[in-house]
Amino acid sequence: MGVRGVRMKIQGLTHRYGARSPLTFDQIDLEAQRGEFLAIIGRSGCGKSTLLHVIAGLLRPTSGTVHLDSELVEKPSPRWVMMFQAPHLFPWMRVTQNVGVGLRFAGWPQKRIDERVNEVLELVDLRDFANSNVQDLSGGQQQRVALARSLVMEPELLLLDEPFSALDAFTRADLQRDVRSIAKRLGISLIIVTHDIDEAVIMADRALIMVGAPGTIYKEELVINLPDPRQREDAAVQYMRKQLMTAFYDAAGSAPSAVGRGNGPEAEEAAPVRDKAGAAPTKRRIVPAA
Amino acid sequence: MRTDVAARGPEGSAFARASSRGARHFVLGVLGVLVLGIVWQIGTWYLVSQPETRAFGNFGPIPTFQAFPRLWEQGRIQSAINASLVDRLATGLFIAALIGIPLGILVGRSKWFREISHSPFQFIRMISPLAWMPLAVLVFPGWNWAIVYLIVIAAVWPVTYATAAGLAKLEPAWYKVARNLGASRIQILKEIVLPAIAFDMFSGLRLALGVAWIVLVPAELLGVTSGLGYAIKDARETVDYSYLTAMVLTIGVIGFLLDSIFVALINRYSWYHRRTAS
Repeated sequence: MGVRGVRMKIQGLTHRYGARSPLTFDQIDLEAQRGEFLAIIGRSGCGKSTLLHVIAGLLRPTSGTVHLDSELVEKPSPRWVMMFQAPHLFPWMRVTQNVGVGLRFAGWPQKRIDERVNEVLELVDLRDFANSNVQDLSGGQQQRVALARSLVMEPELLLLDEPFSALDAFTRADLQRDVRSIAKRLGISLIIVTHDIDEAVIMADRALIMVGAPGTIYKEELVINLPDPRQREDAAVQYMRKQLMTAFYDAAGSAPSAVGRGNGPEAEEAAPVRDKAGAAPTKRRIVPAA
Repeated sequence: MRTDVAARGPEGSAFARASSRGARHFVLGVLGVLVLGIVWQIGTWYLVSQPETRAFGNFGPIPTFQAFPRLWEQGRIQSAINASLVDRLATGLFIAALIGIPLGILVGRSKWFREISHSPFQFIRMISPLAWMPLAVLVFPGWNWAIVYLIVIAAVWPVTYATAAGLAKLEPAWYKVARNLGASRIQILKEIVLPAIAFDMFSGLRLALGVAWIVLVPAELLGVTSGLGYAIKDARETVDYSYLTAMVLTIGVIGFLLDSIFVALINRYSWYHRRTAS
């Protein structure tokens, strides 16, 4: 399909919703390589979803810039598409129409749209449901349609805003693995925002931690150089998860023991934020031997 | 790769279910009409059996149906339908949609407009359209346009408020998704907003048709010399009872058919509660 990723460079990105609102996030600098999968972990309200909206061009930053290759992001584009927490499919359209809607916006002839849509439905394993009413599909299938709707545009960058958080554990695991393998095969760059540490380890090549209010990127990041496919119960995944969890609590300024078992997102919600970590500009990189 | 399995019903059985539901619908509908006809006939027998109402036998179903070929040959039914349906009702509903849909979009999208328009709109809405008649006759050139005005003033509100209600149900995320995929403003209106609210617009038009049809006939009792309302008045004055009931029946049948058209449109464009629409 000839899709290529994109190099991302974010400089001094700052955002506030209104003139009198507090800063959502402050002075974020970030770079990602072509085809790299980045995970941004943080608890609800740290501004990670807003950051993703700014990268997608759906929100304007208060200051700072986002460059994808040499292009400054100022508005949405089918070249950098976002998948949201809910599929937000158009209920009056069938699966194929939902998937092809972006191509229709772009003025493609119907015959080429049909061909392209069929290819992508094959890719996301939905060809049996091409003519279904989207309201008859399960939550996981609906997110697959949303994924197909994004992939059909041949994007260079796919932005995922906790897209699997509403799904049951099995469906979520399937989609995490499938989205990673599809995007890798197509060579697309990917950024996923999540509060699920397992998800970050399973999906990303590099995990960043976003903390504080206003949000900042914590100085430590984790390189996840594990082979595919990654299983939640793999020892290496578990080890990586532990590393990330420790870094997360360091960032949030509290020890894991303070919140008991330290058991994924539920426990993480309970941990209080004590200080604005990440103020130090020097970055440390943890690269564990896999 | 695996796909979680949900509703994958065989198409054939769904079709069979739909057609058996259609057959049942039809049989019950015919049965209802039959019951209505029998009640009508029993009422007529009662009228004839009483000495003081014996003369009203022509109100019955049999003389009524016998009157139809005669009236059709005379062209009375056609000309009445043409005047009422095309010249007045269709024109009035068209103008009501032309005003009501943009007004509804304004009410639905602008909080400011919604608040400022609430009191005056509710006030005007609650005035019986027929109360405008004397004024309308003075203002408009000719009775025909006065009647069209009455239809518009009656029909514009259901269209306006149904459109506004439809807009209120639009998910803001749909705009975001569409923008994200590169849609222009026109494309968002054409591909997202209109299909999303078509169902509500047609529901509004269906209600509008109901009130317009009710306003039309009494409005035609005054002044004009054409249309279904006039035909009723004419029949009364010429003491032609079967003509009268034939016109009453015509009004009912046409109203029913028009309503069915809108129900079909609503079903075509409805996308929620898809399977319960009937």
